[in-house]
Amino acid sequence: MKEIRIHGRGGQGSVTAAELLAVAAFADGKFSQAFPAFGVERRGAPVQAFTRISDTPIRLRSQIYEPDYVIVQDPTLIEAVDVAGGLKDDGMIIINSDFDPSKFSLNTKAKVVTVNATKIALDVIGRPIVNTVLLGAFAGATGKIRPESIKKAVKERFPGKVGERNAEAIQQAYNMMKEAKV
Amino acid sequence: MTSKEKLEMEKMVVVEGSYAVAHAVKVCRPNVISAYPITPQTHIVEGLSQFMADGEIPNCEYINVESEFSALSALVGSSAVGARCYSATTSQGLELMHEVLFNVSGMRLPIVMTVVNRAVSAPINIWNDQQDSISQRDTGWIQLYAENLQEAADMIAQAYKIAEDKEVLLPAMVCMDGFILSHVYEPVILLEQELTDKYLPPYEPLYKLDPKKPMTFGALADPNYYTEFRYLQQKAMENALKKIESAANEFYEIFGRYYGGLIDEYQTEDADIILMAMGSIAGTIKDTIDNLRQNGVKVGLLKVRAFRPFPAEAIRKTIKDAKVVVVLDKNISLGLNEGALFTETKSCLYNTKNRVPVVGYMIGHGGRDIRMCTIEKIISEAQEIMKSGIKIESQFTDVREELI
Repeated sequence: MKEIRIHGRGGQGSVTAAELLAVAAFADGKFSQAFPAFGVERRGAPVQAFTRISDTPIRLRSQIYEPDYVIVQDPTLIEAVDVAGGLKDDGMIIINSDFDPSKFSLNTKAKVVTVNATKIALDVIGRPIVNTVLLGAFAGATGKIRPESIKKAVKERFPGKVGERNAEAIQQAYNMMKEAKV
Repeated sequence: MTSKEKLEMEKMVVVEGSYAVAHAVKVCRPNVISAYPITPQTHIVEGLSQFMADGEIPNCEYINVESEFSALSALVGSSAVGARCYSATTSQGLELMHEVLFNVSGMRLPIVMTVVNRAVSAPINIWNDQQDSISQRDTGWIQLYAENLQEAADMIAQAYKIAEDKEVLLPAMVCMDGFILSHVYEPVILLEQELTDKYLPPYEPLYKLDPKKPMTFGALADPNYYTEFRYLQQKAMENALKKIESAANEFYEIFGRYYGGLIDEYQTEDADIILMAMGSIAGTIKDTIDNLRQNGVKVGLLKVRAFRPFPAEAIRKTIKDAKVVVVLDKNISLGLNEGALFTETKSCLYNTKNRVPVVGYMIGHGGRDIRMCTIEKIISEAQEIMKSGIKIESQFTDVREELI
């Protein structure tokens, strides 16, 4: 079983990203589960969402404490939240940032990866909404999910132009990670 | 993956728990829905409102109301004229219905209601425990508890089947853990309309309000008659015991899915330690059991699906060879320091020869997360009880001493 934790701020679509990841993983033939950190959500406040992906049906209902992967939508969260908390040593943390990973001093032995998802989102989608872009980066960096499945899930959720543009941004982020051989 | 799992996966879609339930309600062809939105139940009624707006529920009226009290009251009248009725609520909303709950059962109206389990105020808390539905234990409603989304959805159809049976005619609550199930996305087979129609025929009331054949529901019953109404409600509950089993069996025949009737068992056959619990915690317990069994710990789970009627006989039978029984409750009877399932499990053993030690843990109050390590700790304490007997009969779990 692989466990993923997504950090973001209220309004950034962290919960949606977790759900889309679950839908995409299921399309890949895996069992999946997505849920929010059940809070009273407020725009701008730090939020978390979780996804589990497994070859067998998922019965576990606790929150995720030792994720294999962490996605950080907003790098300013790193000052406020222990985003790498519990992250497995052989795991990976993907941060939306134009800085080099070495600029982040995180308390983890796991691999740190950065991707300028905000730029991709602004260029391709036209809005600084990075949740789907980061899923593309996740697919490229981890190889744990097919980018086609993510694009399909996003297009089903957001039909029309919005979905198309998101799919393009997902592909760009995926390619970028592949080229960087993360 | 087994071939059955593969086949099931082909039919599954990843949806939110609340949507799976709203969809199940839709295919059960309700005639009247009335509910008042309250977190974490809201997504269910939003889903149903959407279905109504899209014209997807034929012959159905959605009655907007100003409170939960009114929601259930509106269904009293609707059900009395023979409509299949649905509502959903939680926590304070359910508590506000308290008076009407007795009326529904006393008038023998087979209303089905989802209770999205949430803690009760004060202090205000929107997260999960089961204090809300447990507090309605004696209102005369059947209470079923779901472990996962599939069960929460499937139980809607089963609940109508049980409630509307002419030997039962009692309302039923389908309880699902708030957020943990209502807000989770996971693969579910949405109930097929055709199969549901086959499973659940239209509701044919034994008695109904009809201007051509006037009669009264809920009339005065003076001391000469009241006892017999109570007696018959109890008899109906007893009839429900076997109807809950048969509803699960018939469901299996048509849909191919089965999770037990009154109870379900997991690794209990040779178990020295049997845990008992209701709702979504069962999944976390099963994973913990698998881990511990690899180390040779003989532990199993008795999942209680039906809390009312209370499945005393099924419980006695399942735990007869256990060396310790551990009951986990997401509720507390303040002043007794026990959860309801614990108290009732002990009670159902008292006049039997079975003197198995039974201990209780109250857990997960107000949404405190229940981790596998907590379940492991409880099981290791049960191993100690096997060696040296009970030291603490009933206790809170995971109390933060630094806050007290």
